[in-house]
Amino acid sequence: MRITIKLYATLTDYLPGHAVGNKVDVDLPEGCTVEGALAPFGLPPKLTHLVLVDGTFIAPEDRNVRPLKDGEVLAVWPPIAGG
Amino acid sequence: MSWNRKILRVNLTAGTCTPEPLNMEWANDYLGSRGLGTKYLTEEIDPKVDPLSPENKMIMATGPLTGTMASTGGRYTVITKGPLTGAIACSNSGGFFGAEMKFAGWDMIIFEGKSPKPVYLYVENEKAELRDAAHLWGTTCWHTEETIKAELQDPLVRVSSIGRSGENQVLFSCIVNDLHRAAGRSGVGAVMGSKNLKAVALRGTQGVSGVKDFPAFLKAANAAKQVLKDNAVTGQGLPKYGTQVLMNVINEVGALPTRNHRDVQFEEAGKISAEAMHEKRPTDGKAHLITNAACFGCTIACGRISQLDKGHFTVQNKPEYWGASGGLEYESAWSLGASNGVGDLEALQYANMLCNEDGFDPITFGATVSAVMELYELGILTKEQIGIEAPFGSAKALAYLAEITAQGIGFGKEVGLGSKRLTAKYGRPDLSMSVKGLEFPAYDGRGIQGIGLNYATSNRGACHVRGYTVASEVLGIPVKTDPLATEGKPGLVKAFQDATTIFDSAGVCLFTSFAWSVADVQPQVQAACEGDWSMEKMAIVGERIWNMERQFNLAAGFTAKDDNLPPRLTTEPAKTGPAKGRVNELGKMLPEYYEVRGWTPEGVPTAETLARLGL
Repeated sequence: MRITIKLYATLTDYLPGHAVGNKVDVDLPEGCTVEGALAPFGLPPKLTHLVLVDGTFIAPEDRNVRPLKDGEVLAVWPPIAGG
Repeated sequence: MSWNRKILRVNLTAGTCTPEPLNMEWANDYLGSRGLGTKYLTEEIDPKVDPLSPENKMIMATGPLTGTMASTGGRYTVITKGPLTGAIACSNSGGFFGAEMKFAGWDMIIFEGKSPKPVYLYVENEKAELRDAAHLWGTTCWHTEETIKAELQDPLVRVSSIGRSGENQVLFSCIVNDLHRAAGRSGVGAVMGSKNLKAVALRGTQGVSGVKDFPAFLKAANAAKQVLKDNAVTGQGLPKYGTQVLMNVINEVGALPTRNHRDVQFEEAGKISAEAMHEKRPTDGKAHLITNAACFGCTIACGRISQLDKGHFTVQNKPEYWGASGGLEYESAWSLGASNGVGDLEALQYANMLCNEDGFDPITFGATVSAVMELYELGILTKEQIGIEAPFGSAKALAYLAEITAQGIGFGKEVGLGSKRLTAKYGRPDLSMSVKGLEFPAYDGRGIQGIGLNYATSNRGACHVRGYTVASEVLGIPVKTDPLATEGKPGLVKAFQDATTIFDSAGVCLFTSFAWSVADVQPQVQAACEGDWSMEKMAIVGERIWNMERQFNLAAGFTAKDDNLPPRLTTEPAKTGPAKGRVNELGKMLPEYYEVRGWTPEGVPTAETLARLGL
């Protein structure tokens, strides 16, 4: 299956060189979890704060059990805020 | 107490400047700035007064921590009855002006009446006088500040002024200080313009006296600064990316109002985001963002300083706009950009610069342009009426309307009314995305349910910085809640609203609340001020201030019917994203909100509530 991974703010530094903008498409085995999909990027756990799949928040305790589906978009931010 | 215990009362009709003692009993009950200034206003004006009449007053107020060594302690507040809404107007600004007022020996300046001719107030420590401003009238905020500093031969004078927008009483005019900081919302600049008051120039050399227990204060302030430094948001995220970092987040969660709230996601959000501001432009090889910037005493430094591409169509042959200038912040990038379907970062910054230069609120301006664009697309407004073709996505229309609004040129006069009056004039009041006449900020109440309730109940109309539940519902601060849930939101909204009054009234920046709670503000206030400033008292004072503002609005004629959202938010479901199919369920949340507030089902504070709060 193919999913899109988006890394924002300071996590942009962890994208591979061939990423376009803030995103990269990756091929993953069926049943791969959120945590499994992010593992190759080496994101510091403290900075893996806001994790969204198709815009919906995935709680830390669900990230190693939530399987991804083909076509989903996984987006991650460090702790951020604005106003 | 870290008060100067002194107010300056300026009667513009008589041309007098009179010192008087600060009412310390009220300071003890309402803390300062927003709370204390509102107490003075509610005691001194009829809530039904015409906001643009001489009978309205305008108060510039500092808090007990303003000008001290507390981080971000540079804030001041402008309090008046707002002309855009008819409700309490209370507009907060950073920069250096607030601290300078304290250094000059004043806690607050109350303006009353109306000057027979344009004047500006000059204050140098205890000396205060009104000066002729005929040569400044008809000029911008930037020109005014530069001219006053030059004629006083003092570059350290701090200036708050109105531009041509405020002079012409554009109903969403700001008061701009330090070039690009503003008391931005509710039209406080129009009130200043109605009084023929062009500017306030301050010079203070006295520091802040009277901190009650200085060693304890220093310890508390330093501990609080360490909290800001160690926090990933205030220590790293905000300095590097600013508020603009939210553009992609809010788009991803499906709550980025787009094309006058027709949509909740903007396909070009990435092009106008914080990340885009860091990228080098293909046209000139330079990044849009130059640096970050800090207000007085701030250890966060979230401000953005940017520079336009000199070849962009908006500034070709206009070198006055080629220098580094403030922006873009998230709210203005959204209101000028996504809200209008415009994905041209340079055009947004140009429009934002005009807002700063001539002093008008980019949120209400952008949202009013959105209504104009929708009316144009519906065929209700034409190119001939507007002066340009104005479909959603037109950067040229955005720039054109920004150029004609402050001076009220042509259709700019209608834009200057704000979206509520403009859409009503053309028979489509439902297309004004506002509450109590104040336009929404950058979060859609269908994708973030709690913020919709906050908008509906905010005392100054649709405003995110009256109860920023987005922190919890989206960003997980202090704890993550589900943005699509309605359960628990009335209590969450009340908690955010009451806590916000404490940050505002103490004189510190609300952005500290991404790392601080009231428990981090409390030791600083306790050490700075005499008397009891326990957490229990803070909780009561916060709720008291909120209810005082509510009482003013009720007396001004507002009712529960005004705690509402436009029909688009409650009847037209979101088309995409996690909130697809959802509307804001205000009807479910509002009765419980009234209940947790201790108000009647009609939204009126009960006698028991008023007694409990000492109102």
